[in-house]
Amino acid sequence: MLGFVIRRVLQMVPMLAAIALLIFVLFSVIPGSFATGQQDEGLGLDMAVVARMRAELGLDDPLHVRFGAYVKQLATLDLGVSFRSRQPVADMIAARLWPSLKLTIAAMGFAIVIGLPLGFVAALRPGSLVDLGLMVIAVSGLSLPKFWLGILLMYLFALTLGWFPSFGYGQGGLWHLTLPALALGVSPMALLARTTRAAVLDIMNADFVRTARSKGMNEYRVVVWHVLRNALVLVLTTIGLQFGSLLGQGVVVEKLFAWPGVGSLLVDSVFQRDIPAVQGCILVITMFFLVINTSVDIAYKLIDPRIRYT
Amino acid sequence: MSASQPLLQVEDLHIALSTDAGSFPAVEGVSFEIARGETVGLVGESGCGKSITALSIMGLLKPPLGLAGGRIRLTGQEIQNLPAAELRSLRGKRIAMIFQEPMTALNPLKPVGRQIAEMFVLHQGASWREAEQKAVEALTQVKVPAPGRRAKDYPHQLSGGMRQRVMIAIALACEPDLLIADEPTTALDVTVQAEIVDLMKELCAARGTAILMISHDLGLVTDICRRVCVMYAGRIVEQQDSEQIFNHPQHPYTQGLVASLPRLGMRAQHGRRKLMEIAGVVPGITAYPGGCRFNPRCSRATEICVKVVPELEALGDGSLVRCHHHG
Repeated sequence: MLGFVIRRVLQMVPMLAAIALLIFVLFSVIPGSFATGQQDEGLGLDMAVVARMRAELGLDDPLHVRFGAYVKQLATLDLGVSFRSRQPVADMIAARLWPSLKLTIAAMGFAIVIGLPLGFVAALRPGSLVDLGLMVIAVSGLSLPKFWLGILLMYLFALTLGWFPSFGYGQGGLWHLTLPALALGVSPMALLARTTRAAVLDIMNADFVRTARSKGMNEYRVVVWHVLRNALVLVLTTIGLQFGSLLGQGVVVEKLFAWPGVGSLLVDSVFQRDIPAVQGCILVITMFFLVINTSVDIAYKLIDPRIRYT
Repeated sequence: MSASQPLLQVEDLHIALSTDAGSFPAVEGVSFEIARGETVGLVGESGCGKSITALSIMGLLKPPLGLAGGRIRLTGQEIQNLPAAELRSLRGKRIAMIFQEPMTALNPLKPVGRQIAEMFVLHQGASWREAEQKAVEALTQVKVPAPGRRAKDYPHQLSGGMRQRVMIAIALACEPDLLIADEPTTALDVTVQAEIVDLMKELCAARGTAILMISHDLGLVTDICRRVCVMYAGRIVEQQDSEQIFNHPQHPYTQGLVASLPRLGMRAQHGRRKLMEIAGVVPGITAYPGGCRFNPRCSRATEICVKVVPELEALGDGSLVRCHHHG
């Protein structure tokens, strides 16, 4: 087991390296730079200043030199210095990471706590009114864009009812967290509900469930002893993928609710062509995805004895 | 309860398949009896209604299939309309069932010992600790080597034969009166088949458990069972003692079944000739022909066979046949 965990963790390293390379190449080929960006913003910098900034930031160096510097930085776990704030990117992200994680976990928690039971109930009464209603909710939850849902939530709960603040982080409490977490969590909740329903329906028709019934078990025991864990194996993939991508999906919601997370830092940095900050944010978001995926793989092995990785 | 009372009586059983296009008879007027400790076979091609007959006895029919009429009595008590809770207390405890596919019939995420132990927890109120110990005993009885270690194994770690032994251990755990075995050896290797059949015979004989053996394999059924019911397209077409059915099959369908079995010494007796087959296939439930349902495939079919449903007719020796031109 320990060997398996170590192997899975080590497997993340080449993935991370590939992503780092991709990010570097992408931001080297897009036009514009931090320096020209300053000029575009109408600051009226003269060409001499722009040239000096380019030289200072190393933007004039040939690609391979810049790549060498980038790799050297990453190898020492240094994410570089922001062009704009002149602060280490690692510090900037560190300050933003906890709010982002909090939002992601809250959204995923909501998705699991609501989505799993909904899917279960729907599957146990297929074709019923409950099932139909739940699936209508699920489909609308999936198809509503996050920013639109966020605006609706703001309008209803903040402006009209005044229950929650419309934006901001406040002291980082639940009060400020609720609306952005809902906006972010509804779509994974809907997806989870659908996946759970399909998984449970699938398992309920399995031969071993018929065996369980032939043993004289009541439906409650059939579900708890035999269906639950088997369905969870099927749902776990969806939970992992959703959770992993939620930090990235959070970009829109964080920006909308002025949530001081990695996502809003990423958006701001992109607009400012602050390449080191952008690279740092994307690396962190990728890292989060990889960590979650690896954890899911390990969880699989704990739940399902059939799984053997080498 | 008198001594002569049969263990199981199935009377005029009707099972209907409900579809958007209406209701179709999947099983029609099936009747048979099983005495205590008796072994009865139910034989027929795939889709003739033998498995759903078994499931209806267990009360496990699922929509779109449903009971449409008839009575099922267990030692005289009608069980087809019992409340769910009472039916559950019969299932596993008095009537147990073994299924065809031992791989999928066991929960892949639970050790097999635990799956046997469930029976003792459910029906004997045992604690899990006691139940798991009893499960190891049960594995010993079905002759699983190293039962203590095997009990901790998951189904995927066992061979097909071992898995079917586990199923038998589950089924016989609470010493039921009746064991329904639905094609218990079909998914197994031929050599393993014989072992499983012998094991079932031995264990049930020792416990006085009656067997209802369902199979498409007439040879296998006559090996285990004293009496055989042959089903075709939802009806019983012939009922005979196993010993007689090979030599004196009465119904043209049974005759076809017997003729299509390869037998030792056949060539010496009849010379070199092809194994017989029954032309055509079993019609689908929604497309049963009128009259005798075998008539489109029967070489003896006449006008009456198309028009009139033959009754199940008692022949002198206790056998029954449903054919206008039997013999």
